[in-house]
Amino acid sequence: MLNSISPSLQRPRLRCCDASSCRSAGSGALLKALETARSNAGEAAEPLDIEPVGCLRLCSQGPLVALDRPEGSSLFGGLSAPLAGALVDAGSGTDNNSSLNDHAIDLEQPFFALQHSVVLEGCGQVNPESIDSAIAHGSYEQLRHCLQELSAADVREQIRRSGLRGRGGAGYPTGLKWDTVALQPPGPRFVVCNADEGDPGAFMDRSVMEGDPHRLLEGLAIAAYAVGADRGFIYVRAEYPLAIERLRLALRQARQRNILGNNIFGSQFDLRIDIRVGAGAYVCGEETALMQSIQGRRGSPRPRPPFPAQKGLWGAPTLINNVETLAAVPAILREGGDWYGAIGTDSSRGTKVFALSGAVVNTGLVEVPMGTSLRTVVETMGGGVPNGAGVKAVQTGGPSGGCIPAALLDTPVDYESLRALGSMMGSGGMIVIAESMAMPELARHFMRFNVNESCGKCLPCRAGTVQLEQLLTKFVAGNAQASDLEQLEQLCQMVQTTSLCGLGQAAPNPVLSTLKYFRQEYKTGCEPATAGPQPWA
Amino acid sequence: MGVITLRVNGVELAVPAGSSVLTATRQAGAQVPVLCHLDGLNPIAACRLCLVEIEGSQKLQPACSTEASEGMVVKTDSDQLQHLRRMAVELLFSEGNHVCAFCVASGACELQNVAVAVGMDHSRFPYQYPHRPVDASHHLFSIDHNRCILCSRCVRVCDEIEGAHVWDVANRGGESRIVAGLNQPWGEVESCTSCGKCVDVCPTGAIFHKEDTTAEKHPHAERAQRLRQAREQHQWHHP
Repeated sequence: MLNSISPSLQRPRLRCCDASSCRSAGSGALLKALETARSNAGEAAEPLDIEPVGCLRLCSQGPLVALDRPEGSSLFGGLSAPLAGALVDAGSGTDNNSSLNDHAIDLEQPFFALQHSVVLEGCGQVNPESIDSAIAHGSYEQLRHCLQELSAADVREQIRRSGLRGRGGAGYPTGLKWDTVALQPPGPRFVVCNADEGDPGAFMDRSVMEGDPHRLLEGLAIAAYAVGADRGFIYVRAEYPLAIERLRLALRQARQRNILGNNIFGSQFDLRIDIRVGAGAYVCGEETALMQSIQGRRGSPRPRPPFPAQKGLWGAPTLINNVETLAAVPAILREGGDWYGAIGTDSSRGTKVFALSGAVVNTGLVEVPMGTSLRTVVETMGGGVPNGAGVKAVQTGGPSGGCIPAALLDTPVDYESLRALGSMMGSGGMIVIAESMAMPELARHFMRFNVNESCGKCLPCRAGTVQLEQLLTKFVAGNAQASDLEQLEQLCQMVQTTSLCGLGQAAPNPVLSTLKYFRQEYKTGCEPATAGPQPWA
Repeated sequence: MGVITLRVNGVELAVPAGSSVLTATRQAGAQVPVLCHLDGLNPIAACRLCLVEIEGSQKLQPACSTEASEGMVVKTDSDQLQHLRRMAVELLFSEGNHVCAFCVASGACELQNVAVAVGMDHSRFPYQYPHRPVDASHHLFSIDHNRCILCSRCVRVCDEIEGAHVWDVANRGGESRIVAGLNQPWGEVESCTSCGKCVDVCPTGAIFHKEDTTAEKHPHAERAQRLRQAREQHQWHHP
């Protein structure tokens, strides 16, 4: 059934980025203008497809439009509606292109050339609102293959072999997690996609959902089959309206085609997937809080064990994976676990999507093999800091992560290397910090985030982050005492070791990592020694 | 029911399978401080005072919600734990408005007792002096949010034992607050049965009988456990 729909890629095609970032730059008007320009060109012109697509990666140059012609693809940025005519002419091959020259983006530059698309292979290619477009690009082919030809254990075997680890931040081996859920005593099971991407500066998952939602549904359905679940949820943050809209549409389309529902592809496998929209709490990205929220309760974390794999939604074994993890699954099954495992490093296999932002020339989305150095991502691909200023540090892992100083930019990006430096992979936000940024202020920025997002259940996170923010304010203002530095470190250690969930345990990381590499700036924030208060302890 | 053996502070002991580490530490005679935990209510591991060291576990574990297991080696006291507990109590005192001198619960206050136990005579963290309300709209009881430590015992006893679910936690982080009904004045909440269980289990002077004044509160935190035993084990008369 799926093969009968053949891709219409032979015709020239304009792909207009219709994801959040380009939309905010005006791609909605541009898309309409393109369609108008095409009808104005009339029947005589060469047939031209115009399709809205997901993220075309280089967000800072949006709105972006890609042009596919038999002779190759090209990309244009910084566009606006008045250029629609020129774009349509270029698409039809009837244009001298002059007005577009200033807008051409070199696809050979490292930002594009060094990308290795696996999770994002369909993002920017498929029309995210069309299931036919997704199917033409191979969506649901692997689900059918799994249901008709592989046992659940075979599927899990491929995931184990791939070495895939959780892309939400913690890096737990995905195959092991799937096995743990699958091997629980018989009974109902649930699968959950954690799409509550909340780290400031992280937009990897949003791009997948906005750009290729059927890939996520397919990954989730394969996961459900592999662990024996017949019910799934996608928990999306409310701040992602376009992602929610497209997921809902994709779900409706998949149900209509009986790709979701009962007896999928003629098998015994049934699956119902529902969307749950968050209510604005960052902590609901924490898996135990997320499950509470799905069940309609206040999103507060609870102690683990029991882990969700043992006791999750309504007490049943529950598999929770992040968007990027699940979106990697179809490609892994298509090419084989060994193929995926050959990409990346020994301990961190495959590719990772990063959202590059901050003081960097090329802001956008990059997918690179694990083990690529920070320097390659930030300087070679990202183009470094604008106006040639120096990189001071790279912040990874959001409010739970840390700052890696410029001197360590040759660090390979993998779970263990980043953790050894006091940061973490996190979900993939990568914020470039310029030399002008004061580190105590940066640390306070993230601490404020944690103050606002602490759920308030456990004391160290609820009250400790408040005190930490106030302490940091003294360093920012330059009126801290030497004893404040000692108190800051001890309180960081206390919040880290005693908080209930990952949010609190990781809340001090931005402080600790900047203390580790930029301690001098904290010392500068202290008043000259006076006969002031006694040492803290 | 099976029995498991473990070691707490060097003491070998046997407890029924399914017991918490906290139960085991008590059997071993160890004084592990607790504030959010109360026998008879489901543990939530929120106050973090009962964190203990368990051999083989990199992280400290809350004794109240961790199940004792065979061969476990538990340590309830160390320089690190003392240091962390003292800091936790300091954070509790600095985030609310706790003035023992004219508090209804003084002398019968679990927060006060824990402060004494961990040797906290003053907070090294600046007091926050938050602006918090008092709700005296109920005809029998009052809730003074200045003294609330967000242990949520009231929420749980009302939900798990009384079955009325009058209380909930609203807002988040440092703004978290116990609310009655749908964030209404307590006196207007029709689901409240005026049973007083929340008064009995409140570890501080936050929820109290209106007729009690300074140092006159006599809480009955043990009632939660007795009621639970009565229902689940049909022990109607407490020994």
